[in-house]
Amino acid sequence: MSTTSQAPRSFQEIILRLQTYWASKGCAVLQPYDMEVGAGTFHPATTLRSLGAQPWAAAYVQPSRRPTDGRYGENPNRLQHYYQYQVLIKPSPPDLQELYLGSLEAIGVDMALHDIRFVEDDWESPTLGAWGLGWEVWCDGMEVSQFTYFQQVGGHDCHPVSGELTYGLERLAMYILGIDHVMDMPFNDPQTPIPLTYGDIFKQTEEEYARWNFDVANTDVLLRQFEEAEAECEKILSQAHDDPKTGKRIVMAHPAYDQCIKASHIFNLLDARGVISVTERQAYIGRVRALAKQCADAFVMTRAGGWRPEDAA
Amino acid sequence: MPDLLIELFSEEIPARMQTRAGEDLKKLVTNGLVEAGLTYASAAAFTTPRRLTLTVDGLLDQSPTTREERKGPKADAPEKAIEGFLRGAGLTRDQVEERETPKGSVLFAVIEKPGRPASHIIAEVLEATIRQFPWPKSMRWGTGSLKWVRPLQSILCILTDEAGHNVVPLDVDGIVSGDTTEGHRFMAPGRFAVTGFDDYVAKLKRAHVVLDAAERAQAIWHDATNMAFASGLEVVEDKGLLSEVAGLVEWPVVLMGRIGDDFLELPPEVLQTSMKEHQKFFSVRNPKTGRIERFITVANRETADNGATILAGNEKVLSARLADAKFFWENDLRTVREVGLEGMAKLLADVTFHNKLGSQAERVARIEALARELASVVGAKPDLAAEAARVCKADLASEMVYEFPELQGTMGKYYARAAGHDDGVPEACEEHYSPLGPSDDVPTASVSVAVALADKLDTLTGFWAIDEKPTGSKDPFALRRAALGVIRLVLENDVRIPLGQWIFMRLAQTKVQNEFVRKKSSADEISKLVEQVDLELARQFRNSAFQQRYDEYVTGATLKESEVGAIDLLAFFHDRLKVYLRDQSIRHDIIDACIAMPQNDDLALLVNRATALSDTLKTDDGENLIQGFKRANNILTQAEEADGVEYSYGADAKFAETEEERALFAALDTAEAKIAPAMDAQDFASAMHAMATLRTPIDAFFDAVQINTDNQTIRRNRLNLLSRIRTLCLSVADLTKVEG
Repeated sequence: MSTTSQAPRSFQEIILRLQTYWASKGCAVLQPYDMEVGAGTFHPATTLRSLGAQPWAAAYVQPSRRPTDGRYGENPNRLQHYYQYQVLIKPSPPDLQELYLGSLEAIGVDMALHDIRFVEDDWESPTLGAWGLGWEVWCDGMEVSQFTYFQQVGGHDCHPVSGELTYGLERLAMYILGIDHVMDMPFNDPQTPIPLTYGDIFKQTEEEYARWNFDVANTDVLLRQFEEAEAECEKILSQAHDDPKTGKRIVMAHPAYDQCIKASHIFNLLDARGVISVTERQAYIGRVRALAKQCADAFVMTRAGGWRPEDAA
Repeated sequence: MPDLLIELFSEEIPARMQTRAGEDLKKLVTNGLVEAGLTYASAAAFTTPRRLTLTVDGLLDQSPTTREERKGPKADAPEKAIEGFLRGAGLTRDQVEERETPKGSVLFAVIEKPGRPASHIIAEVLEATIRQFPWPKSMRWGTGSLKWVRPLQSILCILTDEAGHNVVPLDVDGIVSGDTTEGHRFMAPGRFAVTGFDDYVAKLKRAHVVLDAAERAQAIWHDATNMAFASGLEVVEDKGLLSEVAGLVEWPVVLMGRIGDDFLELPPEVLQTSMKEHQKFFSVRNPKTGRIERFITVANRETADNGATILAGNEKVLSARLADAKFFWENDLRTVREVGLEGMAKLLADVTFHNKLGSQAERVARIEALARELASVVGAKPDLAAEAARVCKADLASEMVYEFPELQGTMGKYYARAAGHDDGVPEACEEHYSPLGPSDDVPTASVSVAVALADKLDTLTGFWAIDEKPTGSKDPFALRRAALGVIRLVLENDVRIPLGQWIFMRLAQTKVQNEFVRKKSSADEISKLVEQVDLELARQFRNSAFQQRYDEYVTGATLKESEVGAIDLLAFFHDRLKVYLRDQSIRHDIIDACIAMPQNDDLALLVNRATALSDTLKTDDGENLIQGFKRANNILTQAEEADGVEYSYGADAKFAETEEERALFAALDTAEAKIAPAMDAQDFASAMHAMATLRTPIDAFFDAVQINTDNQTIRRNRLNLLSRIRTLCLSVADLTKVEG
């Protein structure tokens, strides 16, 4: 652990160290998914790849959006756009806790001085039809990660079980770097000729998005887009598995899932605009969950989802 | 006599599940051992966040050999019968004995089951225990199918005697038993072997693990109180939190931290809740001011800087949490100062209470109407009760309660004060949820009582009206608790209401409202009609003018359904009352005897009657009186059935033949003269005392007098005399329902 002796100096250094660490532990270091999502779990590399029997090991940063958490960049801890670091390994290795603790050391948490705790936290995503058991990981009383053994995703039992780690990067980095307000956090090395803080990069966008999310986003358009995404998802999944043009078996689980992600994000935007009542909320969540389940059903009919030609017989 | 040590070592077990898991492990393993014939001297279970441990002392080293003898058919029985017998016993013909009996020569099978070594039995029992362990929630991991609360990592299972220790061989889905365990995750990583329980406990302690949760809790409490005391402060006691925190650490290290000055003015409940729920901190109070000034956190390790880094981190996290709480507090205060608590309550119109029972605002309107009605009964000013009811749920729309639902009511009190409410209204906001259980305090202030009763009655009648009653163990709307709440409020404040009539009216009203909604009346129309169908009108449901006016909504069926519902709900109250009184050791048959009497929906009256009867039956006279009553009643009933008439009138003392008979007449005259006015005054104790004085004359009468004599006049007179006994006794309670 020679690389860990030095404390990291910036947000990006913490990210880079996580990338290096998990690469060294055999994870494929993926890039963020190119769509708006509420959390790293939505990346198909987690949601879909946790299904089926194929082994998997991936790590990635995922920019995530939670429109209702926008505070115009003023709250020291709350953002409508933030980063999660996500690791998914299937099957979950027996030493996953040790691997995780190693990652904390890699980003500069001195295990001899801090109090790390695994505190019960059952994870459930009503929109994804998913649940798992695990913990919030506390460092000196602060939640720094979520640690989950997936039991069910999209209504399918997970066999084998995936181990999922999610780090809330801003909060974790603020703690390690000793920063009180997220906007003051050095994004790159403060010793460089052009030092940039988190605020230099995101203060303005937080304001812009908060205004749009809360007051301006056109709810009629959003409501229509939700319906369209839902319809498109169902249309994609209703296609025959065999493509008439190429003659190949092509189950379009990922394009359909993109529409599910889209519907989910639009729902979050509508929620931030305050146009969804308590009872409607449940109905919308149910609709997104129905899409997620159908996508999961489709994914397990693909090769990546464990389907084999002999299954067709 | 070997000792057994088992440790199931896993990833972190949720604190709330540990104690129960320890008990389950002990029960399942020891039951399994005993069932297989392995008795033991003593057993104890221990838990930490990462381990369930069981030690069993003085175990047999093998199960005893058992010998079973089976009697079979006669030696000369048909071949088939003998074959069947041999098959059942698992023996051949030459392995069974022939014995001479008085009935001839009979076959006997002696089946001997040799004892089995303890280790075989333990392995079987432990594997079965692991596979069927009753975790509230369990999971799979990796590629396996085994379920445990979190991944199970190792199994320690050893038998120890004078000669040393041996591993009990066991393999559960690839986890092979051994004699090693691990110490503290951070302070003493690495595995080590142990030879027995004492060695295990000692080595664990050296490896920074305190095995016994009680010992950890004691250490935490001891250090916490000492630390607070040294600063002139005291720790706010919280047993639930203490046991939870003891389940989060293997090596507790108590640290006391500061709360930022900015936050000290927050209500103590807010500080306490935020610290407890989010951070599992204990609150530390200044006994002079009552303010919460510090916190205690319990770390899971010692550090070179004596916890300075850990404490600084915790203080920082707390500051962020409390900054949120303060933000909510200040926003809420601004809101109630600007628009009042009623303004805040307006938001409840958008919050659904239940899709068949409307919004929280509609619910509040119902509670208000009911509280206004109840006010006069409980001695509160109707306007004050209505005001309190109007604002009692307002805090559900506050930011603070959105964040901390457990502060509902408490915040209502603070915000009501801030909005200028007074005269018991703020207290009613806080207390109207009470009592929440059998041991919770019952409100006594009149405004609080009115709103608390109204809230609970509305909940019960509402869910009854839409047929959402508790079934079996399912009670999602906590209706049993609400009914117990009504019972305790009524009894402890001696509230005298005819409950049956109240709930009938409420049910009818709710059903009528639902009809409005179902028939899609316009919002205006509904609110106008609902306003009119208030309690006063509901009382006149059977009034024809009213029925004509609301004929469309108030059908005969609605009224009938409401009546049936009210009878059912009243029976539910009676059931809850039985449970409540059973805990006060009043027998269910005594309650039944009182429920069978008129005015059984006046719960205070009902309980007074039951208490008096219970007390009377505890006396010698009372107990014997019941026998006398039953004897009289039996003879009378039989005679009435045989004769086809009812003996209910006209016993005349002039036909009395014996001293005892005359004495009974006199005693009845005296008792009647006392009982009637006592009953009028609802003085059940006096009435029952007077009734119990009949015991001696009744006993004497039965000893001396033959009822069924040949002289029909005298017989009839005696039966009519028995009838007087029956009538008098039944005027007090239905003694036919009393057992024994």
